[in-house]
Amino acid sequence: MTGRAHTSPSAKKGRTSPRGGTGGSLVTDLDVDALLDDRTTEIIVCCGSGGVGKTTTAAALALRAAEKGRTVCVLTIDPARRLAQSMGLTELDNTPRPVKGAAVDGGGSLDAMMLDMKRTFDEVVEQHATPEKAAQILANPFYVALSSSFAGTQEYMAMEKLGQLHATGTWDLIVVDTPPSRSALDFLDAPDRLSSMLDGRFIKLLLAPAKGPARLISAGFGIVTSALNKILGAQVLTDMQTFIAAFDTLFGGFRQRAEGTYALLQADGTAFLVVAAPEPAAMREASYFVERLAGERMPLAGLVVNRVHENGADSIDAVDAESAAHKLAAGGAGDVATAELLTIHADRMRVAAREQRLKKRFSAAHPGVPTASVAALAGDVHDLDGLRLIGDLLAGAAGERPNG
Amino acid sequence: MALSTQLHVVTGKGGTGKTTVAAALAMALAGQGKKVLLCEVEGRQGIAQLFDVPPLPYEERKVAVGLGGGEVFALAIDPEAALLEYLAMYYRLGRAGKALDKFGIIDFATTIAPGVRDVLLTGKVYEAARRRDGNRFSYDAVIMDAPPTGRITRFLNVNSEVAGLAKVGPIRRQADSIMQMMRSPQTHVHLVTVLEEMPVQETIDGIAELTSERLPVGHVVLNLVRPSVLSVATREALAAGSLKASTVATSLGGAGLATAAAPALLAGGDAHLERQRLQDGQRAILEDCGRPLVELPLLGDGIDLGALFELAELLTDLEAR
Repeated sequence: MTGRAHTSPSAKKGRTSPRGGTGGSLVTDLDVDALLDDRTTEIIVCCGSGGVGKTTTAAALALRAAEKGRTVCVLTIDPARRLAQSMGLTELDNTPRPVKGAAVDGGGSLDAMMLDMKRTFDEVVEQHATPEKAAQILANPFYVALSSSFAGTQEYMAMEKLGQLHATGTWDLIVVDTPPSRSALDFLDAPDRLSSMLDGRFIKLLLAPAKGPARLISAGFGIVTSALNKILGAQVLTDMQTFIAAFDTLFGGFRQRAEGTYALLQADGTAFLVVAAPEPAAMREASYFVERLAGERMPLAGLVVNRVHENGADSIDAVDAESAAHKLAAGGAGDVATAELLTIHADRMRVAAREQRLKKRFSAAHPGVPTASVAALAGDVHDLDGLRLIGDLLAGAAGERPNG
Repeated sequence: MALSTQLHVVTGKGGTGKTTVAAALAMALAGQGKKVLLCEVEGRQGIAQLFDVPPLPYEERKVAVGLGGGEVFALAIDPEAALLEYLAMYYRLGRAGKALDKFGIIDFATTIAPGVRDVLLTGKVYEAARRRDGNRFSYDAVIMDAPPTGRITRFLNVNSEVAGLAKVGPIRRQADSIMQMMRSPQTHVHLVTVLEEMPVQETIDGIAELTSERLPVGHVVLNLVRPSVLSVATREALAAGSLKASTVATSLGGAGLATAAAPALLAGGDAHLERQRLQDGQRAILEDCGRPLVELPLLGDGIDLGALFELAELLTDLEAR
């Protein structure tokens, strides 16, 4: 339930540093460079709720790692248009492409790809079924709905693609961005769900009529089939049975793959980063993710808090700034301007204090989860220079902190 | 007296504050004396947090009372409970319902079967919006804190996909009625955004997607807008670089503050100005989106019940189209 269990593997790998947090002894700093330099880190999964900068964080980590000499692939789900363009992600063809402009004279490389969920699913079907059977599955209305438009598929397919990319051995580090929903952790359930479904009586029930004499039919089965018929209608039930029957042979493969991916995620070479923004709702979600990962015994490397407001002039506190602003507002032009700057300063001090409190509360609830804070920038990030700056901020290596 | 029930669907990119806007809209309508149901569908318990009440069960509970005698009820829709309720209500399954559960079908339907989750969530909202007490509707308005913009069209449209799978039968009839409600003039899909590039782009894409599926787009809510603190004179001086650190230092000294803070204060002013410029640029883009805009300020002290009342004041006419 706590993050404590997860600090030991991180600590073993020397991923935390005693740089000393700004917010008191509770906060351990996340050493991003140690994580990226560690050649045993093969996969980094960025997860968190929507709108906290997951994609940007994933892209910045990948670029930084590549420029440190690693062979990197970044798998993104739904990047902002201009960020995607800056990385050369103009076409959605489900194949990693080299990112132009990465400074990889250190021997590294950076490839990027954007997930095409339907295509990934289709490829799995084509790889594991005979051509006739594959054609049959691809044309089934249930399959079309399942693979193209329904929620949950994206999460599974992101992990499927991760497994495929990792299996090629082409990259020594893969950075994955996860879908922007709470169900982003649904992939953790995939193996269990598939197993329980395949071994379940429901599938047997659905398959029974398709598999000839229904030896298994009992009183309970009769009730269920007639209930399903009543609710779904005979045609839907038939489509579903055809689909399940066609998929039956594939399911075993799916389960095996899902179990393989799950094991890969639990392995020492994987590092999960929970990404958050310093707002109550986002930090609450971060807690949920941390607990969920701990529950699944997934290797948590730490927390990244984006868009943190820092202040360059903390010698003046908010109350003093406001009372001085009040006095100066009646003065000459210089005084009025100063009064306005002090008002801005007071607001920022309050915001910074509130964010500090949130971070401390998180650390108290999850002691020992290493944390990196990234200062808020005034504008959006949509080029490699912007990603480099984020990388510097993540690693705590930025010289002048931008006061944005 | 509810003659018809309005459905307000509130969507927005993650982190833009759609739960807060949905709750403030509920308060606004309750302030006009209306009886409102506020639903959440993602199991996050965000409504309970906002109204500072214990986690919501699958049961409509009163969470606030409006000034005009209106009431806000809240409901966290749980797909599994919704399915069992649905089966009991429409099919009077009784023993067979239990059998379905025992066979793992309830679990299968709500977690693995494609889209069933979304069908159940929208189905429950439909049920609440069509429910009657005698000869009038139970609620004047149902507000849904919906999935994010990137997923909203698919979510609201899920029943037309079901209609594609089920050509006849009760499921088809139910799916058709839900789609009819979703596309009716009683439905308003509001998009919440902040004035930043990515959410604004998503909002514009979202409007186009919703429109192409004939789902009625309501207002665009600009949330967390930072007020401009700077006067025109200071803005111009900062932009021109003519406001000097020495001037600021002199004023600071006069007010008894540390003069060394002057450069940092100036940098803070520059950043504020830059953010205002970006904000104005994004606002200008949305002004051309063809939908009415409503603006909510960033409240410095975070969101509590008092803040919800404050925001509700600004959301009183979201039913206008």
